[in-house]
Amino acid sequence: MCLAIPGQIVDVQPGGHLATVEVSKVRRTINIDLLEDPPAAGEWVLIHVGFAMNRISAERAAEQLRLLAMLGEDAQAMAELEGYEFGSESERGVT
Amino acid sequence: MKYVDEFRDPQLIKQAADEIRRLTDPARHYRIMEVCGGHTHAIYRFALADLLPPNIELVHGPGCPVCVLPMGRIDEALSVVERHNAILTTFGDVMRVPGRQGSPLERQARGADIRMVYSPLDALRLAREHPERPVVFFAIGFETTAPSTALTLQRARELAVTNFTVFSNHVTIVPAIRAILDSPDMRLDAFIGPGHVSTVIGARPYAFIARNYRKPVVISGFEPLDLLQSIVMILRQMRDGRAEVENQYSRVVPWDGNLPALRVLADVFELRPYFEWRGLGFISQSALKLRSAYSSWDAEVRFTMPSVQVTDPKAAQCGEVLKGVLKPHQCKLFGRECTPERPVGALMVSSEGACAAYFSYVHRRTAAVV
Amino acid sequence: MSTIAFPSALRFTDTQIEMAHGAGGTASRRLVEGLIAPLVGACGSLGDAATLTVDEVSIAMTTDSFVVRPLRFPGGSIGDLAVNGTVNDLAVAGAIPIAIVCSLIIEAGTPAEVLQQEVQAFGEAARRAGVRVVGGDTKVVEHGKADGLYVTTTGIGTIDPRASISSANVRAGDRVLITGPIGDHGITVLLARGDIDLDADLRSDTRSVYPFASALIGSVGRDLHWMRDPTRGGVATSLNELARDCGLGIVLDEDAVPVRDEVRGACELLGLDPLHIANEGQIVAVVAAAAAEQALAAVRRTPGGEEAAIVGTVEAAPAATVLVRAAYGGLRVIDMLVGDPLPRIC
Repeated sequence: MCLAIPGQIVDVQPGGHLATVEVSKVRRTINIDLLEDPPAAGEWVLIHVGFAMNRISAERAAEQLRLLAMLGEDAQAMAELEGYEFGSESERGVT
Repeated sequence: MKYVDEFRDPQLIKQAADEIRRLTDPARHYRIMEVCGGHTHAIYRFALADLLPPNIELVHGPGCPVCVLPMGRIDEALSVVERHNAILTTFGDVMRVPGRQGSPLERQARGADIRMVYSPLDALRLAREHPERPVVFFAIGFETTAPSTALTLQRARELAVTNFTVFSNHVTIVPAIRAILDSPDMRLDAFIGPGHVSTVIGARPYAFIARNYRKPVVISGFEPLDLLQSIVMILRQMRDGRAEVENQYSRVVPWDGNLPALRVLADVFELRPYFEWRGLGFISQSALKLRSAYSSWDAEVRFTMPSVQVTDPKAAQCGEVLKGVLKPHQCKLFGRECTPERPVGALMVSSEGACAAYFSYVHRRTAAVV
Repeated sequence: MSTIAFPSALRFTDTQIEMAHGAGGTASRRLVEGLIAPLVGACGSLGDAATLTVDEVSIAMTTDSFVVRPLRFPGGSIGDLAVNGTVNDLAVAGAIPIAIVCSLIIEAGTPAEVLQQEVQAFGEAARRAGVRVVGGDTKVVEHGKADGLYVTTTGIGTIDPRASISSANVRAGDRVLITGPIGDHGITVLLARGDIDLDADLRSDTRSVYPFASALIGSVGRDLHWMRDPTRGGVATSLNELARDCGLGIVLDEDAVPVRDEVRGACELLGLDPLHIANEGQIVAVVAAAAAEQALAAVRRTPGGEEAAIVGTVEAAPAATVLVRAAYGGLRVIDMLVGDPLPRIC
């Protein structure tokens, strides 16, 4: 379910509910009411059925890729990595 | 494409696949359910099973909103078109779902005014452009899509668009997962959690799976590296004897969910006491209907719909495939009476349904390839 | 439509004609093989173009109907499609297109200006393609029928003696070539309908592919084993038909297939696969391995063919199947498309 695609905000339209988003040179007007606050041009959001669902965190994405790159390290380095999580320290929980 | 291509990097994929192999105990058989139809589709599209050792089995779960839609709901919507000269609007996914007298696509070809839309806002716009006719939006999807329907209804109320109604078939994912976990046939080790549903509901709703059933849950993105990384995380939990909820898709999934989305859902929708899920039977508190404040926009209130019970042919084993008990090709109708061109069950209609995906992507490969 | 051999065992027992019968999949096959061909006394094999010998001259003949909504779209209109579509069927049969006749079914109430534009487009397309329009017919039907305008075009050409185009020529090891970026036409028309509301700078690729066919035949002759213009159902459908006809497998290299950014973006947003999207100005060809580079160079030298690419290989197995290999090596099956591609949200 749930085909959602990353898109880049081009501009926020007057009125504050709509924005123009671009995905690989294709543009669409989307609704931004599901975001906590209006996005700025250049920000990346996840798009689903004409709505921006959430912002995409560049830091988290970079962190993930960094950890993935480290999977190729030798077993010694792997043991050290065991303490790390993919994501931040708050991303595990059994609440 | 940014945030897509980086997560398809061949070198990183190879490394992740190697790590999975290192973490897999050859003496053990792993059964991991991916709940979400989007994950089913991604696994097939990216041929990820090719990268996994043979003792890791990915089981397809019920997270395909088209697949679990009871057939009668299509007929109920189509009856409104006939009786009230309404325009029926819906997503492309629904167009080929078979009703008793044909799918929406077939009925459209025979003259019924059925229009495909990309967004519920397009349906609302259509209603404003045609004030003289009722416009019904056939809403479908899990919690990912429901907030968009909810916002559209708020807008319809704000603008007093009185000819617009929503026929809600939104369902919620947790009851379905619970039904799977409580099923006597259940033999699953872990879950790959639905990525986009979680952008709305966050990670907390899955806590009961880890706490009460002691199964690891990793919320995953949809690119190859996301799924592989999630499997790494699951294998590590299993190796360590842990059962926790983890968020692999943290670049978009907030641990606490999306507050504006949850607020708008609470404003517009409430849970039905029960709802029929194709293949899983009646599940309580598992589906959304419009609150009474929005009853003027509720198609089920505005129109008298015949309650259409359409049972699947006895031979169709949609339910067992949905629960992961049977593989698609083990259903007696698979590939014979039931094919993507002539689907009997909805798992063959939806491109993310386990049977359609299996048929298109796997079934045809009968020999090993270089 | 792929090559069909007769007599066939298929029976047509459907009680009513549905959209599926025109969609190009197994329902269409059942209609043609089970109902139409036996009743008209067809025999031998049926491809997109028929070949006949008249007084020792080999002639190719083809007919096609054109139905499109909207009539005009960026890059062309029904008038262009109606000429290029028929010229292209002749070209990929290995024929030199010579002449066409055109039948117009016009809906009453259509503005004269609309008809004029289409006939003008038709004439200009014919001039560009180098074919003569030698006849035609016009009918007017009641308002509500014909979506404005339906066009049927029949074309004839002479078979190029240097060419031998048949699925029977295809061998394991042959290479698959595409003349340019895929998906432009289908996505352009989808967006032009206005239901989806995406904005992209895209045009239909409608054009005569005869220059490319000629370049291929001229450069490698009989080492050009097979070609097709991948219209409805896209490259995937054409190659699936080939795989079924010759019983071999085809493996496409995903990264090698040329796709414009805009087409990729629209497909990702709508959940579509560019390999399933219609083209109206491309050739997908299969050439002997040793001749592949030469064939590619010839197409690239032809104006409009600069983005041609070798995109895959014919393999002995798996039989009758088309696979796509991703950059990291994963293989997935890609099936033929039945009906029109439907955007999805799930």
